[in-house]
Amino acid sequence: MSGALESWGRYPRVMQQGHACNWSSEVPTLFRDVVQTQGSTLAYGNGRSYGDSCLAASDHVLQTPRLDRFIQADWNSGAIRVEAGITLSDILRSAIPRGWFLAVTPGTQFATVGGAIANDVHGKNHHVRGTFGNHVQSFGLLRLGQELLTCSRVENPEFFAASIGGLGLTGLILWADIQLMPIRACQINTSVGRFANLAEFFALSAELDPVHEYSVAWIDCLAKGAELGRGVFIVGDHAQYGSLEVDKRSKLSVPVTPPFSIFNKLSLRALNSAYWRLHPAQRTQKRSGYDSFFYPLDRILHWNRIYGRKGFQQYQCVIPDANAQTAIAELLATIAEAGLGSFLAVLKRCGEIASPGLLSFPMQGTSLALDFHNGNALENILFPRLDAIVRAAGGRLYPAKDAHMSGSDFRQAYPAWEQLEALRDPALMSRFWKRVTL
Amino acid sequence: MKRVLIIGATSTIASACARLWASQGSEFFLVARNTDKLEQTAADLTARGAKAVDTYQMDATDLNAHSLMIERCLASLGQIDIALIAHGTLPVQKDCEQDVKLALAELANNGTSVIALLTLLANRLEVQRCGTLAVISSVAGDRGRPSNYLYGTAKAAVSTFCEGLRARMFKVGVHVITIKPGFVDTPMTKGLPLPGPLVAKPEQVAERIVKGIENKANTLYAPGFWALIMLIIRCIPTFVFKRLNL
Repeated sequence: MSGALESWGRYPRVMQQGHACNWSSEVPTLFRDVVQTQGSTLAYGNGRSYGDSCLAASDHVLQTPRLDRFIQADWNSGAIRVEAGITLSDILRSAIPRGWFLAVTPGTQFATVGGAIANDVHGKNHHVRGTFGNHVQSFGLLRLGQELLTCSRVENPEFFAASIGGLGLTGLILWADIQLMPIRACQINTSVGRFANLAEFFALSAELDPVHEYSVAWIDCLAKGAELGRGVFIVGDHAQYGSLEVDKRSKLSVPVTPPFSIFNKLSLRALNSAYWRLHPAQRTQKRSGYDSFFYPLDRILHWNRIYGRKGFQQYQCVIPDANAQTAIAELLATIAEAGLGSFLAVLKRCGEIASPGLLSFPMQGTSLALDFHNGNALENILFPRLDAIVRAAGGRLYPAKDAHMSGSDFRQAYPAWEQLEALRDPALMSRFWKRVTL
Repeated sequence: MKRVLIIGATSTIASACARLWASQGSEFFLVARNTDKLEQTAADLTARGAKAVDTYQMDATDLNAHSLMIERCLASLGQIDIALIAHGTLPVQKDCEQDVKLALAELANNGTSVIALLTLLANRLEVQRCGTLAVISSVAGDRGRPSNYLYGTAKAAVSTFCEGLRARMFKVGVHVITIKPGFVDTPMTKGLPLPGPLVAKPEQVAERIVKGIENKANTLYAPGFWALIMLIIRCIPTFVFKRLNL
C-alpha cells in the first residue's frame, strides 16, 4: 500500500500519491510508467523537506524508502555504498558500533541519503566540514530512458555538481558512495552558556568555532531592545572515550493533529523566556548522547503536528559575513515587533568550505532558521519584510525549507539555476521548481 | 550469533528480521527465487554485520528441490538455530473464484509448499534436538472471510499443521512458532485499500518476530493488537458472520 504523502511543514497541503520503489532494478520501469501516465514525477524519500521542493508538479512521486540497502561497506576505511532511500539513522545504526559517524548530519536522522544529497544538507560543523555533498564520493543517477550514469568529481562532473543541491531534478539518485568520519565514542562533550545579545553571539562564534567541531546557537526571537538576540551558545566535540552504542531511547509521539497550533503569543513568550533561563549563565561543560545533541526533535515522532491543521513554515536564510550582524539584528527586530515568534530559532555561522554543488544553500556567513505556524500574517506581512532584508543584505533562502520565496528572489540568489535547468531531466518536476522558475 | 535459514529471504518482513539478526553477527543461508535480489539482500546483511551469508536459488513450489536445498544449507551452516519460512503471495480472491488452476497454484504457494518444507525440516531438527521453526502464517487463516478465503485456507492449513508439529517437536526440544501478521506495508499489499491505522511497518513486525522467537512464543500476532481483533472476529456467530462482507 502507498498512502497519500505531504511535506514536513504540511504546507502547501497538496497530497502526493506515492509509487513505491522496492528494488533498484525495478525503478527504470516504474519511472517510465509513472511519467507516461502522469507527465512527470519526483523522488520522495522520508518527507523531511519542509515546503514544496519535495512535492511533484504532477502530485505523483516515486517513493524511495524501500531502497534502503547497503551495497557495500568497508568498515576499515569508513567508505560505504548505499541505496539512496536509506535513512541517516539506519546508517548510524551500523556505523557507530564500528567507530564511524556521518561526517555531516542535519538536525534529523530521518532524512534519506538521496534527500541529503539533493538538498546538500549541512549541520553544526559546517565551519569545519562543509556540507553533506563534500563527503559524497560518487553516485548513480538514473535519467529517464538512459543508462545509469555514474557521477563523481571526474566522471560526469557536470551532473555531479548539478545533482548536489539539485533538488532531485537532474535524475533519480539510486545509490551513493559516502565517506564516514571516525569516532572513538558516541558521546559528545558539550559546553553551553547564555549570551546576552547579538554582538556577544558573534564574539563567541569567532572565539569558539575555530576550536570546536560543532557549534550552534538558540535564539530567543521574542526578546527586544537591549536583549535583542539573546540566546544560548552550544558547542560540542566527539568524546575521546566512552561507548560506541546506538541510541535506543523510546520515542514519544504526537498522535493527532490539534485543530490549532499549540503556540500563541503568550505561550511562545513564556517558553522562550523559560528556555533562556533554564540554561547556565556561565559556560558549563557536560557530556551528552549523540542523539540528544544532534536530534532532540527526533525523539518526538510527528512533532510537525503541533502546529495544527494549517501546518507551519520554516524561514531559513543565510547572510554573507559582511552584512550578517546588521541584517540578523534587523530580521530579529522585525520578528519581535510582529510578535509572530517561534520557539525554534537557530543561529549558526557557516564556514568558507565550498560545496561541490551548484545550488548549495550555505555560504560563508550566518544562517538563521525559525519555525512559524501558518497564518495570513505570515505570508502577507512578515515574510515580505524579512525577504526585503535578506535581499538587501545579499543573502538567500533555503529551498529545502521554503514554501514562499518569489521567483525573482530565487533566480537572483541562485544564478546557477539556469545551469541546473539545462541539466534537469524533463521527466522530473517539483512544485517548488515550477513556482520559482516558470 | 545464530545460524539462520530463511526461505523467501527477499520478502520485506524476512529481510527486516534478517537485519536484526545480522546486527548480532549471525550466519545466514538465504533462499529465494530471484538471484539478483538474493545477492542484494546478502550484500546488505554483510554490511550490517552478518558473519557469513550464503544464497541459494529455489522456487519453493518446486517440491523436488527442497531436500537438496536443506542438504546445502546444513553443509553451509552446520546446524540450523532458526528456520524462518516467509515466502508467499497474496492472490486476488475474485480471480481464484473463476480459475481452479490459479486457486490450486495459490494454495501451493502459500500452503502445501510450506507444509512440504516443514516436514523435511522438522525431521532434521528432530535429529538436531534444538532450534526453532518460525513460520509466517496470517491472521487470514483464523477465519474464512469472503474477501480472501483462498489465501485464508492456505494459511489455516499452515497454522493447524504448525500446531500439531509444535506438540510433536516440543518433546524433542525443538520450538515451533506460528506468526500471524495483520496488514503490513509491503509490496505484497501494494494497491490494496487497507485501513491506514491498522497497517504496520515491516520493521515493527520484524522486531516483534525476533523477540517472539527469543521468548519461544507459540502463536504470535504481529502487531499484538491483532490478537484482540481476531478474538472478536472468531467470536462472531456464523448466522451473523455469513451476512458480513469482511
